[in-house]
Amino acid sequence: MTNRRAQWLLTAVGMVILGVMEVYIPSAAETSDPTKIVVKDFMFKPTPVTVKAGSTVTWTNMDDEPHTVVSDTGMFKSGGMDTNESFSFKFDQPGTYHFTCSIHPRMVGTIVVQ
Amino acid sequence: MSDDPSLLSRRNALKCMAYGGAGTLFALSGGVFTPIDLAWAAGDKQGAAKLGKPLFVQISDTHIGFNKEANPDVSGTLSQTIDIVNGLYDQPALIIHTGDITHLSKPAEFDLAQQLFTRLRTTEMHTVPGEHDTTDATVTEYFNRFGKASNNKGYYSFDHAGVHFIGLINVLQFKPGGLGSLGAEQLAWVAADLKGRSASTPIVVFAHMPLWTIYEPWGWGTGDADQLMGQLRRFGSVTVLNGHIHQIVQKVEGNMTFHTARSTSYPQPAAGVGSGPGPLKVPADQLQAMLGITSVSVVKHPSSLALNDTALA
Repeated sequence: MTNRRAQWLLTAVGMVILGVMEVYIPSAAETSDPTKIVVKDFMFKPTPVTVKAGSTVTWTNMDDEPHTVVSDTGMFKSGGMDTNESFSFKFDQPGTYHFTCSIHPRMVGTIVVQ
Repeated sequence: MSDDPSLLSRRNALKCMAYGGAGTLFALSGGVFTPIDLAWAAGDKQGAAKLGKPLFVQISDTHIGFNKEANPDVSGTLSQTIDIVNGLYDQPALIIHTGDITHLSKPAEFDLAQQLFTRLRTTEMHTVPGEHDTTDATVTEYFNRFGKASNNKGYYSFDHAGVHFIGLINVLQFKPGGLGSLGAEQLAWVAADLKGRSASTPIVVFAHMPLWTIYEPWGWGTGDADQLMGQLRRFGSVTVLNGHIHQIVQKVEGNMTFHTARSTSYPQPAAGVGSGPGPLKVPADQLQAMLGITSVSVVKHPSSLALNDTALA
């Protein structure tokens, strides 16, 4: 086998392996429980999420900076959540709910309840 | 010197100096506040004395309750700041705290902050809340302690030595995805407060979030601040003091000087650097300089300092 041919084969095998790996590496949004929202790097992750009516959604702050979760309509409001602190709210009614961090209002998220 | 308060105030307006930031003080010269290194004032007592009696010290973003790596001892650095202020040759008449007294609006944090403040030799303190002071569910902890001056509204004004001071609140009416805001009611109050005031009255406006847009993606600004500036533009000397961004940023526009103070707790990154405006971890030997508690060896003559003096951050 020439060097060039060996190289081509290795590349081809590599591509196949990569392809297989891609299939088996699901994105974070696909695997994560939609009722668990992480607050990290000044973002709500994931967002938007879709949950069933009656679900309890929990937000957990993973930043060194405190964050809050405040509904645009005033329906729910956490206090300041320090690092590793959480806030939960139960969504009984279907609808679309927008929320923000009152300390960093550019942080926004959406929950769709079905 | 005449005892006539208006004459006194006019003379004082040219001589008075005021302190801003934990590390910078301002001399009101020719109607414009000029920043002077606080360490210089503390170190060169004779030189500082020549500038006249200090009008006020600005303390900001004390974040009592914060205990993360960026500064595990925010009470200690506030105490050091208080020592510097107490050590000034001439004590300022007032202390102005531009918000984020606490980190999480907890009663114990407010109590500890108030206890630390009692060590200040200057006892008259004026405050405005930061967004960290108003995260409790009922937004009452701040107002229970500091709401009296504003009748629990968060905005108020007072006069001292011929200077008109206006404290404003811009952390309660956030628009999602947007900047801080003052709101129509507060803006109408400012208009009424300024009505009939002589344009020669020096004005000092203080609020927590910057009253000009420094960096919109991080919310470093106030959405309706332009309406406020429109009301202030006719005055000959306007000084706008803010905190929030934990570093010094300054701007001069016509007769208006804008200044954000350093924090006494922890530094934050420069605009747009990193994922967000969170605590910036720096080596321990750099922390104090970034909090403005600079060493006395930083000696600068006030006249050599430009207006756009920047923080070490």
